[in-house]
Amino acid sequence: MKSEYKIITDIIEENTRVLDVGCDDGTLMEFLKRNKNVNVRGIEISKEKVQICVAKGLTVIEGNAELDLKQFPNDSFDYVILGQTLQAFINPEIVIKELLRVGKKAIITIPNFGHWKVRLNLLIKGTMPVTKTLPNNWYNTPNIHMCTIKDFVKFSKIIDFKIFKSLALINKNVSNINNSNLFFKNLFAELGIFLIEK
Amino acid sequence: MNITEKIKTLIINKPLKLDCGKTISEFPLAYETYGSLNGNKDNAILVFHALTGDQFVTGLNPITNKDGWWSFAVGPNKSIDTNKYFVICANVIGGCMGSFGPSHENPETKKIYGTDFPVITINDMVNAQVNLLDHFGIKKLFSVVGGSMGGMQVLQFVSNFPNKTKTAVPIACTSSHSAQNIAFNELGRQAIAADHNWMDGKYISKSIVPDKGLAVARMAAHITYLSKKGLQEKFGRKLQERDDLKFGFDADFQIESYLRYQGSVFVDRFDANSYLYITRAMDYFDLVKQFNGNLSNAFKNTKAKFFVISFTSDWLYPTQENKDIVIALNAISADVGFVEIKSDKGHDSFLLDVPDFLNALKNFLDQAYNE
Repeated sequence: MKSEYKIITDIIEENTRVLDVGCDDGTLMEFLKRNKNVNVRGIEISKEKVQICVAKGLTVIEGNAELDLKQFPNDSFDYVILGQTLQAFINPEIVIKELLRVGKKAIITIPNFGHWKVRLNLLIKGTMPVTKTLPNNWYNTPNIHMCTIKDFVKFSKIIDFKIFKSLALINKNVSNINNSNLFFKNLFAELGIFLIEK
Repeated sequence: MNITEKIKTLIINKPLKLDCGKTISEFPLAYETYGSLNGNKDNAILVFHALTGDQFVTGLNPITNKDGWWSFAVGPNKSIDTNKYFVICANVIGGCMGSFGPSHENPETKKIYGTDFPVITINDMVNAQVNLLDHFGIKKLFSVVGGSMGGMQVLQFVSNFPNKTKTAVPIACTSSHSAQNIAFNELGRQAIAADHNWMDGKYISKSIVPDKGLAVARMAAHITYLSKKGLQEKFGRKLQERDDLKFGFDADFQIESYLRYQGSVFVDRFDANSYLYITRAMDYFDLVKQFNGNLSNAFKNTKAKFFVISFTSDWLYPTQENKDIVIALNAISADVGFVEIKSDKGHDSFLLDVPDFLNALKNFLDQAYNE
């Protein structure tokens, strides 16, 4: 079980409505259903992945988060999850605003481009970093808007949303991020997990 | 065994007020069933057929001696597994496979109805078919499933009877018949009317058939069920049993020969007046207008779980029109899943061996049944 999924599941309260944006093969949705009494839906762009979700009995819509979130009314969900895909959108600002319109809260996870290995990779090799969490080359990566944990915290002030919980995942261990440890977490966390609100 | 013995018929005694204002009663509804109803009576699926379909969904159609129209999808261990589910399908009213239609005799005048038959709608069709639930003692269906006009009936059924089904699968359909589709239907109707044998719909009493007009209607419609790519790959410019062009108007090309064949076999099994009535019902279908411009209201009273399916190469009922249904359902937080299946086979994809489609349908139903 991915530690990320466990952390997300811990954040989500019982008896809530959840939308998983970019739900992939539905692993997180299944985990949520099994561990929390929640009503969970998914949106997924890949036809193959949608088929896998249907075979698991999950309610999933084939669609593109940038185009298809607008069909949901305001506050349709208690939580909207966006796992490791914010960096793949053409306009992350619009996506975050849409997430927070459709959901009362949003949980966003980001692969941290500020991780020391990424920095070292670029510094020493002088080539675009390829790591375990970022396995693609620059020319075939879907990640067009990479950011660091620090960038995301800054972004919350620029486009005005509230971060209620910031967690860092370091070697499968989860810890809180705050103003005083931001420098270190941004250096050592592979993943940042944020619970945000309008 | 003559034809009437091969067709199961339920006589509906309860008067049915049609959208056109007329009321019909004691009318026949022809149906067929597959599989068996379980003790809890919760495994029934009502399948709705498309324009030229009938109640013989799978197995051998005893009238045409050909495979049922949905043999790929329905049967033992298939997507709609008849080992597990009890499948019911009725011939729509207005049809020509035993249900009350224009080739029936008007009891008042003792003449064949022809175009005196009342104009029927999709709403009338489902209101007639819901009587089958009472007949079998089914309080709630497990699912309503249908493609094309069958999908329209699915939408209308759930809207009319929000508590009578657990799940609903509208496939390759629309909530509001488009101008392009009305145009194609009108082309077919005009082809029939232009046939001298049509005689303003009174051909049956004269023992003639407007077969040329009906065949042309079918040929034109058949093109709309395929895709440009599919046609090009299957036929291209291949010639029909000849080495060169003949500089005449025989079927030089395979596609011409194919269409002529499709037209000619169709007239043996389908009634021209039924074709007029059923295409009219499709044209009149506008669930959006019925709910004053807000399709969501059609579904606001249902808890049914929906699964909407469209096909990439379907230009008759394109993905966007299917997605409009999904959008309307999401707007009221209904339980809806959606997938667009990749296929070159056009609108006809839902009737053919398209594994991604057949798997999705099976997986959705089987998972929902276990819930």
